[in-house]
Amino acid sequence: MKWRLIKDKLFKYSVILFAFAVFIPLALILFDLVSKGIGAINLEFFTKLPKPPGEEGGGILNAIAGTFILISLATLMAVPFGIMTGIFIVDFKKSKTAKFASFSVNLLQGIPSIVLGIIAYIWVVLPTGKFSALSGAVALAIMMLPIIIKSTEETLKMIPDYLKEASYSLGAGYTRTLFKVVLPAALPSIASGVLISISRIAGETAPLLFTAFGNPFLNLNALKPVDSMPLVIFKYAMSPYDDWHRIAWGASFVLILFILVMNLLTKFYFSKKRVKL
Amino acid sequence: MDKGVKRILKLTGYLFLILLAGIVITLVYGSAASIRKFGLGFIWGKEWNPVSGHFGALPFIVGTLITSFLALLISFPFSMAISLFLGEYFKKGLIAKIIESATDLLAGIPSVVYGFWGLMVFVPVMRKIEMKFGILPYGVGILTASLILSIMIIPYTSSLVTEVLKLVPSDLKEAAYGLGATRFEVIKKVILPYTKSGILAGLFLALGRALGETMAVTMVIGNRNAIPHSLFAPGNTMASVIANEFTEATENLYLSSLIEIGLLLFVITVIVNYIGNKIIKRYSV
Amino acid sequence: MKDRVLEVKDFSAGFGDKTVVKNVSMEIYKNRVTSIMGPSGCGKTTFIRCMNRLHELNEQAFHKGEILLDGENIFKKNPIEVRKKIGMVFQRPNPFPTMSIYDNVIAGYTLNGIKLSKEEKDKIVEDSLKKAYLWEEVKDSLHRRGTFLSGGQQQRLCIARALAVKPEIILLDEATSALDPKATAKIEELIVDLKQYVTIVMVTHNISQAARVSDYIAFLYLGELVEYDKADTILTTPKDERTEEYLTGKFS
Ligand SMILES: Nc1ncnc2c1ncn2[C@@H]1O[C@H](COP(=O)(O)OP(=O)(O)OP(=O)(O)O)[C@@H](O)[C@H]1O
Ligand SMILES: [Mg+2]
Repeated sequence: MKWRLIKDKLFKYSVILFAFAVFIPLALILFDLVSKGIGAINLEFFTKLPKPPGEEGGGILNAIAGTFILISLATLMAVPFGIMTGIFIVDFKKSKTAKFASFSVNLLQGIPSIVLGIIAYIWVVLPTGKFSALSGAVALAIMMLPIIIKSTEETLKMIPDYLKEASYSLGAGYTRTLFKVVLPAALPSIASGVLISISRIAGETAPLLFTAFGNPFLNLNALKPVDSMPLVIFKYAMSPYDDWHRIAWGASFVLILFILVMNLLTKFYFSKKRVKL
Repeated sequence: MDKGVKRILKLTGYLFLILLAGIVITLVYGSAASIRKFGLGFIWGKEWNPVSGHFGALPFIVGTLITSFLALLISFPFSMAISLFLGEYFKKGLIAKIIESATDLLAGIPSVVYGFWGLMVFVPVMRKIEMKFGILPYGVGILTASLILSIMIIPYTSSLVTEVLKLVPSDLKEAAYGLGATRFEVIKKVILPYTKSGILAGLFLALGRALGETMAVTMVIGNRNAIPHSLFAPGNTMASVIANEFTEATENLYLSSLIEIGLLLFVITVIVNYIGNKIIKRYSV
Repeated sequence: MKDRVLEVKDFSAGFGDKTVVKNVSMEIYKNRVTSIMGPSGCGKTTFIRCMNRLHELNEQAFHKGEILLDGENIFKKNPIEVRKKIGMVFQRPNPFPTMSIYDNVIAGYTLNGIKLSKEEKDKIVEDSLKKAYLWEEVKDSLHRRGTFLSGGQQQRLCIARALAVKPEIILLDEATSALDPKATAKIEELIVDLKQYVTIVMVTHNISQAARVSDYIAFLYLGELVEYDKADTILTTPKDERTEEYLTGKFS
């Protein structure tokens, strides 16, 4: 009798112990990131280009600009396509194509990012003959797609039929009902899906290795190689120079801060903005 | 107007499927040279030698499977504990929020940062440990990669399993409590049997994640193109060899072989994810 | 003789291979309130949803026979035109959650791509809200979202929205069943008053409500029109046994 209760307690405490164990790696990583990252950050870090190893100072302006370009381009490609595919899946749910598409979204989400890098390489880098921001953005856009499609799909499924019927009963057709009733109600939730997808790709490195490639100079041309924060972290991390390691810590810190802010924004701002149905 | 809009939407749907088909076709097409040259032998070929033009994927397949399963194994007790914590013991309240935020944070850290931290902080520690045990102190290697990988997949497994645990009908649990069962007994006799296929699905999906994880692994696995003879030995995974060598592969067959590794990786992850999703689908009806 | 606005001729409708409304023929009179009653599942909702062609939005839906609006078969017309002339208020208040009260009222215009001047809009909004007994309560918060209103107010907003497009007929499907008695009383009062502008066809389960507001009552049973007559007649001297059983509460 007693032994049962002891077992119960023991199990509970080991659950608590193991659950709290996640704080160990988290604390270690965050401690290093903050302590080594903050030291590397100053104004120059954001406004200057990198210096050769051995020379003091320098920044990662090229990577910050590159990340911005990559994310913007990828968003521009993935958002309209993703939302439209999501609408298709929900509004044509009886069709075989829609059913198959809905199932394939999960598979697309499961494709390793490095494989999408290969795809973008073959689709864009080979035909154009050079590494480019565009090719990197294509890989990132394919990664964003399933997240946006799913969030659109899930949101639209939640929009109750009686709202659409209200619109139809006023004489509105499919298109106006979609644009004036359904999408406005779904917008905050779809937008948070888009933000989540951006924060997912912001740290992606693998598909950029042989697409965006990296570039120590400031480049705003989508058809030329660009650097990105994760690429810089990788390159500097693998280098033997302490100066570069310091910059990599700084870049890691900034990158995680960006992702964190995106996540918090999604969590708090958009959960408030949700349309009450 | 409605007809036009509907037509455009349908077109988008087809385009999406074309995109998927395009991905498959592209991988097969890119691997054609390697497939023609090595056939199925590519899969169990042990040698990877760009100089002599001999390419076999076995070292990377082995490396991928070992690191992924090891990571799954190491992370499992922790993921399970977090899931039980959030899905059963403390469903609400401040500590639940804290644990949840911690796993969210872990999930938000990019792979490359894990790799960087692993390289700078964790690898030296491993090296010291290896020296203590009198093993060749690489620091980097299969075990190091698995450990880092296990931290990375904890949030993934735990959030999936937590959802599954929350689906257990409360009257089922209450019936057991009503018979005087302790919580541990309820977990063992009611919750786990009820959720086992859901947990399995979670593991499959986490495995799918681990298989394709690239940067962190690439940075700490040691990048040696041979079948690892021990857990402390350096190795390479399918993803990491692509990451490492793709830009160096100027020669056609070399590039094609790397793409074929991408194709194999694709096939394996699609199968694993397909099984995971199938189980979940069946589970949630 | 009374004007007929709607004429239902040997009309049947249903889903898939299930016929839910069977060979119904009846006439709806102008500026009158007609209640459709009957046990749950007898096809009331399906029937009135046919009247403004919402029924056909369901993939499995089918219908047979004619419904004439001012002498024209609605199934030969553009459904959009039909729905503009025959508005609907649903069981659950459903104001558009992303629109202000003001925008909700004129939604019938914006959703049809009709551009109006500010003055026209103001006038339509004020008129419709007044007709729906809502103006006094919301005139200071026209530009707030409609979702903060009480259930009864939301339902009156939906009535105002339906009125705004100046329909000939408004269909109400158990429009008060989700509301409390006070809000219900207000809407009943409103319905009686609205007769002067529109014809009303409503579905209700509430016999005393039907007695209070309707001029005519139709009794449906398993999709068949069992009895249709002046409200007083039906309520005092029902001819069919099934009507009587329903009215005395034998099924519900
Ligand atoms: N979308 C649908 N698909 C298939 N059958 C349906 C559908 N909607 C309703 N039915 C069936 O049609 C019949 C009539 O339904 P209807 O909603 O018209 O009844 P009702 O008289 O309005 O009932 P209530 O008083 O409960 O609202 C019912 O047997 C119902 O099961
Ligand atoms: Mg009904």
